[in-house]
Formats: sequence, C-alpha cells, structure tokens
Amino acid sequence: MSTPRVRLPRSARAGDEIEVRTLIEHPMHTAVATPEPRDMLARFEARLNGEAVFAFDFANGSAANPTFIFHVRAVPPGDFVFTWTHEDGHSFTSEQSVRII
Amino acid sequence: MTHLTRRAFGTLLGASAATLAAPGLLRAQSAGRLVIIGGGFGGASAARFARIHYPDVGVTLVEPQSSFVTCPYGNLILGGKRRLGDITHSYDGLRARGAEVIHDRATDIDPEAHRVTLAGGAVLEYDKLIVSPGIGLRWDAIEGYDDAAAEVFPHAWIGGDGSQISTLRAQLEAMPEGGVVALSIPENPFRCPPGPYERISMIAHYLKQANPTAKILAFDSKEGFAKQGLFQDAWAELYGDMIEWVPASGDGRIERVDPANKLFISEFGEEHRVDVGNVIPPQYAASIVRDTGLANESGWVPVDPHSFAAAAARDIHVIGDATIAPPMPKSGYVANSTAKTAVAAALAEVTGRPAWDAPVYFNTCYSHAGEEYGISVVAVFRPTEDGFEAVPDSGGLSPRGPLAEQARNRRLEARHADAWYDSIVKDMFS
Repeated sequence: MSTPRVRLPRSARAGDEIEVRTLIEHPMHTAVATPEPRDMLARFEARLNGEAVFAFDFANGSAANPTFIFHVRAVPPGDFVFTWTHEDGHSFTSEQSVRII
Repeated sequence: MTHLTRRAFGTLLGASAATLAAPGLLRAQSAGRLVIIGGGFGGASAARFARIHYPDVGVTLVEPQSSFVTCPYGNLILGGKRRLGDITHSYDGLRARGAEVIHDRATDIDPEAHRVTLAGGAVLEYDKLIVSPGIGLRWDAIEGYDDAAAEVFPHAWIGGDGSQISTLRAQLEAMPEGGVVALSIPENPFRCPPGPYERISMIAHYLKQANPTAKILAFDSKEGFAKQGLFQDAWAELYGDMIEWVPASGDGRIERVDPANKLFISEFGEEHRVDVGNVIPPQYAASIVRDTGLANESGWVPVDPHSFAAAAARDIHVIGDATIAPPMPKSGYVANSTAKTAVAAALAEVTGRPAWDAPVYFNTCYSHAGEEYGISVVAVFRPTEDGFEAVPDSGGLSPRGPLAEQARNRRLEARHADAWYDSIVKDMFS
C-alpha cells in the first residue's frame, strides 16, 4: 500500500469551484475469483473544514487503484481531510489545505 | 479560360509549359497531375505505386527533408543494433521512376483552385492531391515541454533529420552508472502504439550490457498497451527488475517537465529526478491538414474508408497517421497499404480505370524486445459503411509462453521483422 495521493490547487477564492483529484494504490482483491484473501477498501470520504463533502462506498465492482475527480466549493479556512477505510477497520488519511483568498 | 475544364487546362498547360514558364507555377505534365504532400510511409509508397501503375500520370512529391529517416527501427539505434545510416533512405529511387521530388514544405492548400503553395513560394497545380503529412506534437499538452526542452528530453517520435534519435542514443551512452531513464507515454491515439514499449525494450537491451544497474521508469497515461503481455513477459525474462512500468492509476501521467532540474512531475505532483528523459507527447495530425480545415475538432482527419477521400474537400485524399481510422493503428504499414487504395481511388477519375470496390488493408507491427527476440501483432482490415473493421480471424498476436519454449518463434519473428523492414522500404523508395 502506498501513500494516498491528492491533488488540490494551492489557493482558491472563497466560493470558487475547485477540482479535487485523489488516488490510492490498492489491489482491491474481492476473493470472488481468486484464492487470495479478501483485501478491499470499504469507504472513501472527503471532509472540508470538518464537513463531509464527498463519500463513496466501495463494492466488489470497484477497480484497483481507485481514483476520484470531483469538484467542491472553496470555503475558508480550506482544510481537507481524506480518509480511505479498509473493510478490516484500519484507515489511511491525508490532510491538505487550500489557501482561501 | 473559364470554359476549359480543369483537366483540359492542365493538359494545355503541360503541352506548352516550356514556353509559358509562368513565374511561381510549376508545370503540370501528361494525362493528369498527382501531387503528394509528405514523403514518408504513406507519401513515398503512393508516389512509387502511382509511377508504376499509372505511368501516364505526372507525380510530384513534396517533402521538406532531403532523405527519410524511418521511425520504425529507430528504437534499434537505441539498442545499438542499427546506425542512423541504416534507417535513412534517399529519394533518388523515386526520381529514377519519374517522380518529381521537391524538397520544400507545403504551407497551404486551396481545394477550390486545386493548388498547393510551398514555403519557398512555388505553387503546384493538381488534379488529385494525396496528403500524407504525419503527426504534429501537442507542445501545449505537457507543461514545460517545448522546442528547447526537446533538446534535453528528446521525443524522438518524428524521424526528421535523425537528430532526435541520435541525441537520445548519445544521452544513454553518457548516462552515469546506475542512472535512471524515464519515459513519458501518451494516451491513445498516437503514432505507433507498440513503439514506446519496443523503445523501453531496446533501451534495456543496451543498458543490460553497458550499464546493468541502471533503471527504466516508464510513466504511462494509459492503463494498458499494445502487446502488453508479450512485452512484460520479455521484460521479466530478459531484464529482471530493470524496468518499472507505471500506469495512470499508479500516478503515471506526467503533466509537467522541468528540463533545467531534470524533473518529470506527475499528475499528483510527485517529482521524479531522471538522468535521461524521453517525452513522447500527445499528438495530432500535422499542421498542414489542421490549418486547411481537413482535420476536425479532434485534430485528426476524417476520411472515406473506401477511398481515403477527405471528408472536407473534393479531390483530396489523406492517408497515414493523420487520419481517423480505428481500429487500424497509426503504423507505417497501414500508411503503405492504404496509400495504394488512395492512389487507385484518386486516379480512377483521371485515368478512367476503376477504383477497387472492396479494398483490404494490411498491418503487421513487429517489435524487437531483445537479441533475436521478435514479437508481432497482425490484422487485415476492411472498410465498413462508416469506418473500418478487423476481418475476423485474420491475424493475431505472437504466442505467449516461457522463452525456453518460444525461443524459436522469437528468433524467427526477429528475422521476419528485419525482412519486413527491408521489403517495405523497397516498396517505398526502390
């Protein structure tokens, strides 16, 4: 498992729509067709200033290395927290800030 | 002379050209005048085919370079298996067949007046025009990648005068021990789908001997590629862990380069320090067809699948990498194969001989993955109502399997590849 990757603009004007890209390298093994043990992420969630702005529940159809591109409205102070939670309960987190001008 | 048809005008002009000597107007000859823009796989093949099969038609080929450096087998220069002279071809053979070869750049096409303007100021009249201009590089697609950057991080994706592939080879030779070679590979469509992966193989082939602790990082904007299984088998068997292929979902898309600091910067901002960088940028059709409205908003040229007539203008046929012709690949072989159909279609009206009503197009893409190690993908294509299709069961891929079992096939295919190269350049230039 590698570090989650996130791409955000360095700064944005308050109220502007900004593009968020995320990528996490993960095999997403379902164990449906292969004998390896199941190894799946359960949920991805993005919070801005503590408030959930985007979430996705993974399922057997989810591809390896899940990538998201979505747009949110920039609200100060611009603190993002991205969380990928595994089915076994452990999670990966990335915290990033956009300077709101 | 509005009462004259264009063909009658051409004939008249040809008959008295020596005395007319209109300034800036090169003379037309014989039964009809075929002008060909671009002297690569499409254009040279078209010129030779036209001279052999339509000897009463005058052929003028316009090509800026005084000799042609093929992209196929360019990767073998990187592998140390060929020299630039081996892949450089003269236009003298076409001249000997009676084609007029003008080394200049076509800058404008007037489809109404049937005229092509050259950078040097000459104006060529045509009855039929074949345009085989090749690709242009999208310089705006990767931030920081421009003409100057291409001296540091060569693309080596257009033959040109051979300097790009020579620069890349020289950089590999000069690389410090254990250095990193990085490639940036574009999304589809682009020229020569297996080309980047043959290039990776040939670089590895060279480094295995000259710099065995070096690494190759292949950053890809895609999730998969041509002959992927065969290439990856070869890499694992021949080069161990020298090659790392990074797909888009592994942050393989390179969005910015910094030649001064020798950096490739990925979509997610990761900075990769490289010793040698090969940037194969996204592409579109060459400027002559984009500037004259023959290409559509995609940057490529829509054509009639039976004749390669341009959708946007009469009496102009466009062939080669510039066209929209999936599932056919943008390959030299397809350009060569379709050139003949385009010539027959274009000259049917001029000569009264029929065009082919059920054309077929051929493609084989051979790749060298190592010493005496060739692999291929083969298909036969035919036109459909609005495009092209691969004829079912007409081709396929080289068989996969451990090298111990496949060694004979790999060795044979390497020789077939060499024979293919010799044959196709003869079909273009001899």
